[in-house]
Amino acid sequence: MAEPKENTTLKPDAQSAGGKEPVVADRVHVWPYLVRNEFICSIIVIVILTVWSIVIDAPLEEPANPTQTPNPSKAPWYFLGLQEMLVYFDPWFAGVVLPSLIIVGLMVIPYIDINPKGNGYYTFRERPFAITTFLFGFFFLWISLIITGVFFRGPGWNLFWPWETWDPHMVIALTNVDLPEWGPLRWMGNPKIFGVELIGLVLITLYFSVAFIVYYMKRDTSDTIRQLGPVRYGIVAFLLLTMMSLPIKALLRLAFNIQYVWVTPWFNI
Amino acid sequence: MPSLSELKKRIVESQLWRSMFRHEYPDTPRNRVLQIMANVWLHLHPPKIRRHAIRVRFTWCMGGITFLMFLVTLVTGVILMFYYRPVAEYAYADMKYLQYDVPFGMIMRNMHRWAAHGMVITVWLHMFRVFMTGSYKPPREFNWVIGVVLLTITLLLSFTGYLLPWDQLSIWAVTVGTNMARATPFVGSEGPFGELVGVTSRYDARAFLLGGTLVGPAALLRFYVLHCIFLPILISLLMIVHFWRVRKDGGISGPL
Ligand code: HEM
Repeated sequence: MAEPKENTTLKPDAQSAGGKEPVVADRVHVWPYLVRNEFICSIIVIVILTVWSIVIDAPLEEPANPTQTPNPSKAPWYFLGLQEMLVYFDPWFAGVVLPSLIIVGLMVIPYIDINPKGNGYYTFRERPFAITTFLFGFFFLWISLIITGVFFRGPGWNLFWPWETWDPHMVIALTNVDLPEWGPLRWMGNPKIFGVELIGLVLITLYFSVAFIVYYMKRDTSDTIRQLGPVRYGIVAFLLLTMMSLPIKALLRLAFNIQYVWVTPWFNI
Repeated sequence: MPSLSELKKRIVESQLWRSMFRHEYPDTPRNRVLQIMANVWLHLHPPKIRRHAIRVRFTWCMGGITFLMFLVTLVTGVILMFYYRPVAEYAYADMKYLQYDVPFGMIMRNMHRWAAHGMVITVWLHMFRVFMTGSYKPPREFNWVIGVVLLTITLLLSFTGYLLPWDQLSIWAVTVGTNMARATPFVGSEGPFGELVGVTSRYDARAFLLGGTLVGPAALLRFYVLHCIFLPILISLLMIVHFWRVRKDGGISGPL
């Protein structure tokens, strides 16, 4: 698109924050430069949408039949990331707690990312941590799970290649065990207090106390942690550790067939 | 052969032209500003904008395309509502009727469906762009929060609409989706501490969503009302706030 050729005029009131150097008020008229872009953009999008809608019909299957459950039953594609998480966590966590934390976590981003740099332009170098975390969450934990759910899941929610025929009678031996029964930990027995498994409790407590250890070790040396302060640091650490629990649990399941890390009478993780 | 400007001059000065247009339209700065300020729709924009903000490379036009997708679903949705009844006995038949008998029914349905899916994708890309440009940083923190709510409502709109065709795809997708509500801690019958609170499958979070224990006629009506009335109104109100905040927060973000 042609660059608008318009005079760059200096407005008298366009002063930089310090009030000393005047900044260049590099502004262009919305009519025609922006309105023109919007107009062209709308036309292109509408044309694509119309052609798409002529060529591809929206699906309509058999009438609803509550007595006939299709296998697999898939949620709409944009929720398949959540459905995929159900493989690794129980519904109360994968279907309720994690989605709520995703929404809340997104909302608090502006308040916990106090790095003033990179405001209003593309940069990686000035905010490597924020961008890496976001990209990891967006592509690895959301988009790739959706792709798995859409293309690689068949009957029984088993993994299939897209070109493979679905075999609804395929039986996959369930050899999953809970963490205390897992080989290297079996010698401990499975100590419990009031039915609450202790191994899982200790491990999860240790996992989250990483945040405390890092805080007390680094708070005198790290500028970032000092600027964040304890509350913001706590929120960042909690959200980050919770987010990482998903790939960790996925790894434990896929590599070691571990069902639950922690079993209690009320919920399992 | 007259040159282009000569040709233009000849047309503009012809009797026919001048009988239609009394005077010319001078392309002055004042007129450019008036185009925006004197138009109820365009004055959503400021009359002038920072040069980089109109670059497609900066915004990817994604917020605008999301809005456009919403408008498409609004228009096609109203047309679909003329032919669709949210009653378990009729809903599926009405879909068939729309597809095979209603003039342009199929393409209206297709456009509604694909625009809705497109909106889900563009709203993610818009969020992605806003994150990558760091545009949620002060003073735009709160507009990001409003954006996250918009994203959530967009997903809910898509999800509630998914049930309305009342075919196998829709009831089972919604069954899978709403089954999770059963596992809500404290208020779900199968969730942690649900028993302690005393909720049963007839009176828990999922039953509240569905108006019953399974995805039945009550759920269809509930989702229809949410999809066609409550959520569109809510998202429209929030979009108004969102656009207003873009202006009040100093226009599209840019390097300081
Ligand atoms: C229904 C959904 C939405 C609509 C229609 C919408 C629309 C828009 C539009 C038209 C703009 C102007 C700039 C642009 O086009 O990029 C904008 C800016 C903005 N949007 Fe959205 N938006 C939506 C959802 C979101 C979401 C999900 C977020 C973030 C989570 C968000 C955060 C923002 C912010 C922070 C700005 C200011 C960007 C800047 O100044 O550079 N919006 N929105």
